[in-house]
Amino acid sequence: MDAHPASVPPVSAAPRAGVRLPGLGVGLGRGLVVLYLSLMVMLPLAAVVAESTSGGLGAFWDSVTGSQSLAALKLTVICSLIVVAINAVFGTIIAWVLVRDEFPGKGAVNALIDLPFALPTIVAGLTLLTLYGSDSPFGLDIAFTRVAIVVALCFITLPFVTRAVQPLLMEMDQQMEEAATSLGAGGFTVFRRIIFPNLLPGILAGVLLAFARALGEYGSLILISGNIPFDTEVSSVFIRSQIESGNVAGASAVSVVLLAISLTLLIAVSLFARMGARR
Amino acid sequence: MSTPTPAKWGLRTLAFGYLGLLLLAPVGMIFYKTFEHGLGPPIEAMTSPDALHAIWLTLLMVAVAVPLNTVFGVGCALLLVRHKWKGNAVIDGIINLPFAISPIVVGLSLFLLYGTDGWFGPTLSEWGIQVLFSTPGMILASVFVSLPFVVRETVPVLQEIGTEQEQAASTLGANAWQTFWRVTLPAIRWGVAYGVVLTTARVLGEFGAVTIVSGSISGETETLPLFVAKAFEQFNEEAAYAGAIVLALLALTTLLLMSVGGRKAKAQGGPIPITGDAAISTSNKKEGS
Repeated sequence: MDAHPASVPPVSAAPRAGVRLPGLGVGLGRGLVVLYLSLMVMLPLAAVVAESTSGGLGAFWDSVTGSQSLAALKLTVICSLIVVAINAVFGTIIAWVLVRDEFPGKGAVNALIDLPFALPTIVAGLTLLTLYGSDSPFGLDIAFTRVAIVVALCFITLPFVTRAVQPLLMEMDQQMEEAATSLGAGGFTVFRRIIFPNLLPGILAGVLLAFARALGEYGSLILISGNIPFDTEVSSVFIRSQIESGNVAGASAVSVVLLAISLTLLIAVSLFARMGARR
Repeated sequence: MSTPTPAKWGLRTLAFGYLGLLLLAPVGMIFYKTFEHGLGPPIEAMTSPDALHAIWLTLLMVAVAVPLNTVFGVGCALLLVRHKWKGNAVIDGIINLPFAISPIVVGLSLFLLYGTDGWFGPTLSEWGIQVLFSTPGMILASVFVSLPFVVRETVPVLQEIGTEQEQAASTLGANAWQTFWRVTLPAIRWGVAYGVVLTTARVLGEFGAVTIVSGSISGETETLPLFVAKAFEQFNEEAAYAGAIVLALLALTTLLLMSVGGRKAKAQGGPIPITGDAAISTSNKKEGS
């Protein structure tokens, strides 16, 4: 996971005295950083948490387990799981082709992988709708179905696994594979016993990040999913509809659930990274 | 490695097929749809007062949010890398938060702070400051969602370059500012630039958070992504496609800069962690070693 573990200079190389943060005292700098993060990130999030329980824990629980919000949560989690599984397979294949295969235009394809990060999500949704909507030139109309949600989420999470696996593949020692092959292992055995275990940390890290992203996605879904309650309404869309109908506490309660899930994932990723770095 | 040819072709087909159907074909299709009837209609759609205002407002978001997060990002990265502190791990974790939070939740959180019944809303409106449904709220939303990028890209490069040159500079009598401008900043510039490109892309395209705090009033608080969504919902497909094309062209420019900047940052020693390493706590990596 850590692409350059050996190149991080040891901490002791940093002088205790000496110039590091220019112009400002370290304490002042730290104060400003904490102030900025508090104002921009922590206070707003605190407001969501406070609002979610403003009617007591019972009301919080009722909002989360209401039939419409539960249906939305279930749909969001299930779609995200499917998307992440697709990503794990295709992300790894794409990484493999980009690292081990040689073909003209490889640089361009490699750059293309980042397109979903660069392209605004609303544009992503619109592009998918033009090709797979009611005017589809293939006659493939998936608009306003759950399939559309999966496709849109696949689009926006495409880079995560590929970008996490690529550096691992590049660093991998091909002698292991050659040794296995010379000992008579077939292509699939080499993959299962040697390549896959080496790539697993990258795949898992990519999968966790993609899952966190998919859970909260909004922009690419609103045009293509149809936002039909109990059918194609994901949690972020549900939250939006609750805000618009004035049920801010209910919206906050579901937000807190989403926050809790993504926070857990984030902690998992960083623990994971620390384990990888130590190894 | 000698993958047998059929396997190689199979993998190639799968990879290209997936990318083609998911990325290339849809994006190609929207270009086709936009320019189906020539250049006239999209240009006309993009020069309407509402469209021009949306473009202007989007650029304003970039002009305010990107410098704010860049100054914060470089300063914060310096603190995280060069000054050991118990609180660093916490700061590091908070910086990663916006990556994991739904843009809708970001919008809701600002709504709760600055709305008419919000924590700060009433006081601020007494002072005559309107945050929600106007530019300040939209800027806050943009800052929130794009906050991590510069820090994340600068930290690895800073770790990489070490402190020897800075020590040499200060030994030779340079003061802190001189050392920063003449030694540190030139050394980390590609990492910072890459972070700035990512921040810009995110601010340009932000939809979910801005949609809640802006109220999406045409010609007033409508950025280009909001303009696209509204045009499409009002069956003004020409304008929606034209707006999407403007955003897509901006994205392609970003992509170009990303691949150049990413390569340079990498050549300088930093990884390109927009994904895999993005949420990985870099300061801890160092403390653990």
